Amino acid sequence: MGEATPEIRHEIRLRVNGVEHELAVPARRLLSDALRHDLGLTGTHVGCEHGVCGSCTVLADGRPVRSCLMLAVSAVGLELTTVEGLAAPDGTLSPVQQAFRECHGLQCGFCTPGFLTTITAGLEANPTPSEDEARDMVAGNLCRCTGYQNIVASVLRAAELGAEEAGR
Amino acid sequence: MTTRMVGAPVPRVEDERFVTGRGRYLDDVGRDALHAAVLRSPHAHARIRSIDVDAVLDCDGVHAVWTYDDLDGPMAEPLPLLIPHPDLTHGRTQHPLARDQVNYVGEAVALVVADDRYLAEDALASIVVDYEPLPPVVGVAAARAAEHLVHDDVPGNLAARGEQSNGDVAAALESAPHRLSLDLEIERSASMPLEGRGVVARFDPDNGRLQVWSSTQTSTGLRAALAAKLGLDLLAVDVITPDVGGGFGVKINHPWPEEVLVALAAMRLGRPVKFVEDRREHFIASAHERGQLHHVEVGFDDDGRVLGLDVRFWHDNGAYTPYGLIVPIITSTQLLGPYKPGAYHVVFDSLYTNTVIVTPYRGAGRPQGCFVMERTMDAIAAALGKDRTEVRAVNLIQPDEFPFDHGLVFQDGRELEYDSGDYPALLAKIKELVGWDEFETFRAEMAAEGRRVGLGLACYVEGTGVGPYEGAHVHVETSGKVKVATGLTTQGQGHQTAFAQIVADALGVPFEDVEVTTGDTRRMAYAVGTFASRAAVMSGSAIHLAALRAREKALRIAADALEASVDDLEIVDGVVQVRGTPGASIDLGTVAVLSNPLRYAFDEASKAATQFSVGDPGKPPVAEDDEPGLEGKDFYSPQRSTFAAGMHAVIVETDPDTAEISILKYAVVHDCGRLVNPLIVEGQIHGGVAQGVGGALYERMAYDDAGQLLNASFMDFLMPFVTEVPGSIDIDHLETLSPLNPLGIKGAGEAGVIPGSAAIAAAIEDAEGIPITAMPISPSQLFELRAARLEEER
Repeated sequence: MGEATPEIRHEIRLRVNGVEHELAVPARRLLSDALRHDLGLTGTHVGCEHGVCGSCTVLADGRPVRSCLMLAVSAVGLELTTVEGLAAPDGTLSPVQQAFRECHGLQCGFCTPGFLTTITAGLEANPTPSEDEARDMVAGNLCRCTGYQNIVASVLRAAELGAEEAGR
Repeated sequence: MTTRMVGAPVPRVEDERFVTGRGRYLDDVGRDALHAAVLRSPHAHARIRSIDVDAVLDCDGVHAVWTYDDLDGPMAEPLPLLIPHPDLTHGRTQHPLARDQVNYVGEAVALVVADDRYLAEDALASIVVDYEPLPPVVGVAAARAAEHLVHDDVPGNLAARGEQSNGDVAAALESAPHRLSLDLEIERSASMPLEGRGVVARFDPDNGRLQVWSSTQTSTGLRAALAAKLGLDLLAVDVITPDVGGGFGVKINHPWPEEVLVALAAMRLGRPVKFVEDRREHFIASAHERGQLHHVEVGFDDDGRVLGLDVRFWHDNGAYTPYGLIVPIITSTQLLGPYKPGAYHVVFDSLYTNTVIVTPYRGAGRPQGCFVMERTMDAIAAALGKDRTEVRAVNLIQPDEFPFDHGLVFQDGRELEYDSGDYPALLAKIKELVGWDEFETFRAEMAAEGRRVGLGLACYVEGTGVGPYEGAHVHVETSGKVKVATGLTTQGQGHQTAFAQIVADALGVPFEDVEVTTGDTRRMAYAVGTFASRAAVMSGSAIHLAALRAREKALRIAADALEASVDDLEIVDGVVQVRGTPGASIDLGTVAVLSNPLRYAFDEASKAATQFSVGDPGKPPVAEDDEPGLEGKDFYSPQRSTFAAGMHAVIVETDPDTAEISILKYAVVHDCGRLVNPLIVEGQIHGGVAQGVGGALYERMAYDDAGQLLNASFMDFLMPFVTEVPGSIDIDHLETLSPLNPLGIKGAGEAGVIPGSAAIAAAIEDAEGIPITAMPISPSQLFELRAARLEEER
């Protein structure tokens, strides 16, 4: 092919689920693509690439962010948590993960990682949500399968499980 | 006995991998693949004068750029017309890349393959296409007027005219004591799964095999289409469906242009190639549904009994008809719901427009049919001053009238004959569940607070489990683990759980020991696909039958080993035992060992199966009518569809000032025959109801007159968030078993969405006293209807 100028790549370090990764990415590479395609952490899903659906939500220093609206180079220095980092090191599911299983809070599972990360942060901020607060907590994420009924139930159940865990 | 699994709310086995991020969706496979991107038409209707791709050569990381001129053989032909029909006299399908003309914004024009998607999109931007714009045809009215034609050789933009009747409707209308006519409209919406379309292809020149992963609802259908398009033997193509992030109908269409192009690219370039569409592409280059206009003439007696029903409707099929006439055929037949009009006549026109193609979206023409029939029932009740449930009651098919033959032909070419049901029982249940008889008290209480509420009801019957067939293979490993395969695909319905429940019961094994694979042509090459709420009926039945075959074989082998009669044996928790004789037992893993006479041992278990260990020296090691292995395979192919039914009732509140519409109560009664897993069925209903609410109040495809889709993003297409769906959905089940399959299953996938627009329109009408004849309806539209009524009253 012809005379093409290759893209400039930037050497960066990303800290994801407690592990430091070194990678070289173009400045425009989305954090979602870096996580999924450069680091192989495919649990984070991309549903719209314009920040509405919330499937790509990850935690940055514990706060939920849309990884499709963030450049990988701007995530340097943040402590990132993806769905792969929610369970305990021994594989024990977190209360939120456990609650989604118990309450049939997912069907196709595509939006689920975004809900799990969002609720994890939400329950951190408010461990005992009312039903209205539980709905508010997930009001920024789209799901096309569940009609949200069992997702709201999962938030409330996760709060219960979290309280039980804290009480132990 | 072991606890029965069928009917139990078993938590799903899929969820462990989904909640930990270990699902494998399409874009999660093929990490080493090149990426394809598609240049799409910016015009709804235009001739292509020329395409200049020279500048692409200067782009970084590009491996190929193709236009129509780079295609040959079957690839240069139009894509398949999947479901031909005698009425589809002017069927048209698109080429994988546009030849000479584009007919909708989003139609594929050129393909670039590059190192990654970013670079591929850079290259697209350097392609120069010279278009000669043509006048676009947008909407049913423009298509009918036919001032301009979408396809020069299709007069009147008419792809097809369908007509069916039962009885003399003209005479029935003529002699009816009362008559009404209605015009009813439903706008376009779309399936809109959170995961869009995607495909990965890998060609291995060493063994001449093409392996394709696709986020599809039919792996076998795609496999056959790929083999035909690429000139390969069917046996040289594998199609594997990974985890799929929702389908709702759109992913049943195949092959998409990108599916054949990516496979071709993999073969030509000798590298794996991937295409994953973005959200805008999903809006403008996959498929929509729902857009139809209907005109109803109905004649009825003093009780509201429908004597004659004449329906004329116009279906907007978009620019091409790859999926044939399925949607309008379903509307024209399923419109009848649970009712038995004295005479029925229907005519539909399927019309071309310069918009995205139409293929089934959950419900597939039924929401429109239900809207038409239920709005008609409400209009009859209003005309007679009767309770809306009384009018429905006199029209219902009665339980002793099954099987009920409507005298029409259904979407599968078979008679529209309902298998079973109890519609009066459903009506009684929904009245109870929503509080029908107490509603006027509630309305008065609310009115006293200055609040305005309305109650609506809608009933439907859904033909489910259409043929032609599905199959299943059940294999018992020597470990005792059971591996099950069925060919249809899964998009979140929990098939791995529900099918394992069926196997656990039929074979007598622990549920945990059963592993189900779907949608992989390497494991089951004969299959149809997942659509029409058919998976539980079709594959569920096939799996049940295949498991019984494996069970029969296991009992035969175990009877020999235990020197017992087959009639005295049972299988409990994976162990074959002689009833009432503790200790006389053999586990299924050992039976599997014995089922396969071996020459060579490879572990402790297999030593037991070598020729020096087992077998009667006087007989062949494998009997003439037998085969080695503990397996069962069977197919299920019913003569006709099953028919599920249900009724929804909804209470809405409309704001007297802002016209905002809120749902106060949503009630569902539902009869899908045997419930395999109530947890999963209720989940399906929840999701369907949410899509029904979306279709009724929020979702529409906003095309402008130029054929540009103005709301092609999640910012602008208003899919419900949690804040838009009812806070709770009250559900009650009826289980009227189907006589057509061994488990009595009827299917539940689509039901929840069907009556949404009909029930919500009825409730708004009841609250406002204004006829609601077009859906969806927004607060501003309701506001305008109020203003128009005030104008009329002045």
